[in-house]
Amino acid sequence: MVVGIRTRDLRKTYNSSPPFAAGAGGFVSGALGHKRRKPPKPEIVALDGLSLDIFPAEIFGLLGPNGAGKSTTVGILTTRVRPTSGQAWIGEHEVWKKQVAVKRLIGVVAQRPNLDFSLTAREILVFHGAYFGLGSQERIQRAEALLDRFKLRDRADQMVRGFSGGMMQRLSIARAMMHDPQILFLDEPSAGLDPQTRLLLWEIIREYNHSGKTILLTTHNMEEADALCQRLAIIDHGRIIALGTPQELKASVPGGFLLRLRFGRHSPELLQRFQTRVGVREVRATDHHGADLYTDRGGSLVPEIANLASAAGVELCDVHISEPSLENLFLHHTGRSLRE
Amino acid sequence: MNRKAFLAMLARDAHVARRNFVPLLLQTFLQPLMFVFIFGRVMVGSGYMPPEYKSLLLPGIMALSMVGAGIWSVAMPLIGEFQFTHEIEDRLLAPMDISWVAIEKVVAGMLQALAAGLTVIPAGWALLRPGVELSLQAPLTFVGVALLVALFSASGGLVLGCSIGQAHVGLMFSLVVAPMIFFGCTYYPWSALKNFPILQNAVLLNPLVYASEGLRGTLVPRFPHLSLLAVLAGLAFFDVLLLAAGLRQFHRKAVD
Repeated sequence: MVVGIRTRDLRKTYNSSPPFAAGAGGFVSGALGHKRRKPPKPEIVALDGLSLDIFPAEIFGLLGPNGAGKSTTVGILTTRVRPTSGQAWIGEHEVWKKQVAVKRLIGVVAQRPNLDFSLTAREILVFHGAYFGLGSQERIQRAEALLDRFKLRDRADQMVRGFSGGMMQRLSIARAMMHDPQILFLDEPSAGLDPQTRLLLWEIIREYNHSGKTILLTTHNMEEADALCQRLAIIDHGRIIALGTPQELKASVPGGFLLRLRFGRHSPELLQRFQTRVGVREVRATDHHGADLYTDRGGSLVPEIANLASAAGVELCDVHISEPSLENLFLHHTGRSLRE
Repeated sequence: MNRKAFLAMLARDAHVARRNFVPLLLQTFLQPLMFVFIFGRVMVGSGYMPPEYKSLLLPGIMALSMVGAGIWSVAMPLIGEFQFTHEIEDRLLAPMDISWVAIEKVVAGMLQALAAGLTVIPAGWALLRPGVELSLQAPLTFVGVALLVALFSASGGLVLGCSIGQAHVGLMFSLVVAPMIFFGCTYYPWSALKNFPILQNAVLLNPLVYASEGLRGTLVPRFPHLSLLAVLAGLAFFDVLLLAAGLRQFHRKAVD
């Protein structure tokens, strides 16, 4: 059985803090809440009509900056967030209506470790298996295999409270795989992992995918998206701004290369002149001092640009060259850097 | 409902309770047994209280222990598990309707409340003897009352556990639990409030009153107590109310 994911016009608005950002609730947070006379809180749109088709057995990435709506999308698809409107399906099951059937098919790694702090690492895996109805023999065997695979054996019988962030993250992923789900959701899986563990994780994700499983991961790390995902959706402000394979997406940036220039102060005439040079595909002023040039070559254009600037009496202060990347794509669509 | 997942969660709670057995024991019994010792032994022994007070006190202490254990065992873990670590997430993602996750918490809390109630009687009796005369004339009614008390205390724990943040646990005890205990007819029968008519009526809003009076009515019926019909009706009313409110709060807290 291979299972895909589908969403149509998913919308989610919050009147309070979005999930995972919330701190301790008020003393009486619910029952008496509506009696308080406070001005209504501003509405936050987390998802704004998201429609996606994720094919069975693919590794699909949601790439976007913090607050783009990635975690909310994962939350809705994993029954943890109620959509304001729109629909989502896991396989043939509509998520909000068939929650139990959906939960059987999915494994979830949340952005923050949410391990059961009252248990040891091994117990976390074994009880998780029991929640999913695995027999006692089977859950012990699987727990052992996962402890080995994620290099957690020597800490298996310790309480997880004392684990480092990276160990908690590895255990969270092991737990999500414990019941062998058809779809694995990974929300920022490699955040806080050292490079070596990140590579181990990538290897495990690919291996899991090869056994016919669908994987949806979110990341704001472009290298990860590029290295791991077969297809990507780039989202910002709860909307998809680009969708395709990493290669397609990178190729969709005019020219591919990006030259970010800083001047003392530029003029429209100068930018006009840049536009006419061979290899320059698009010129965008970012402010009075900066301009982004989308080009089909990198360093070889710099002397020409410097000459043009000095001929116009404009000082060129800084040049930054980016090779074709998803970062360039994000910048091209939003005018902002993913890293900002 | 998914029986396997439900039982696995109960097993998980039992496992954690076993691991924390000693602290759990101290937390459940130390305070009630100190009350038993001071009020039932020291004050009776020094003549400030009549000897019959021992028998009157013990059912009240049983009610207090049950309600304390039920509320504590459900509310405290939930408050922790719903904090920013979202520890409860693995159970919310188990293949079972999330209402059953809440019900499992209530069942686990009921079991702890019943264990507390049934342990405190022999422990209290041992501390107070001689002179404690319990007469269990209607064992079925006693079992019914004990079950209803356990249910209301665990459901109350569910309501509190889903409504209160970690920063306000102390406030919960000062504002909710302490007044409930002092106005809960645990150390005195409800009829003792007859000179304070307003208070006597007001405390009827406190479910612990029905617990204390119910256990008194079934264990030491010779003392004045509320009619058992009123007790059963009162407990059933609070059971339904608190369970419904607890499930509602649980859903609010569990789903964004």
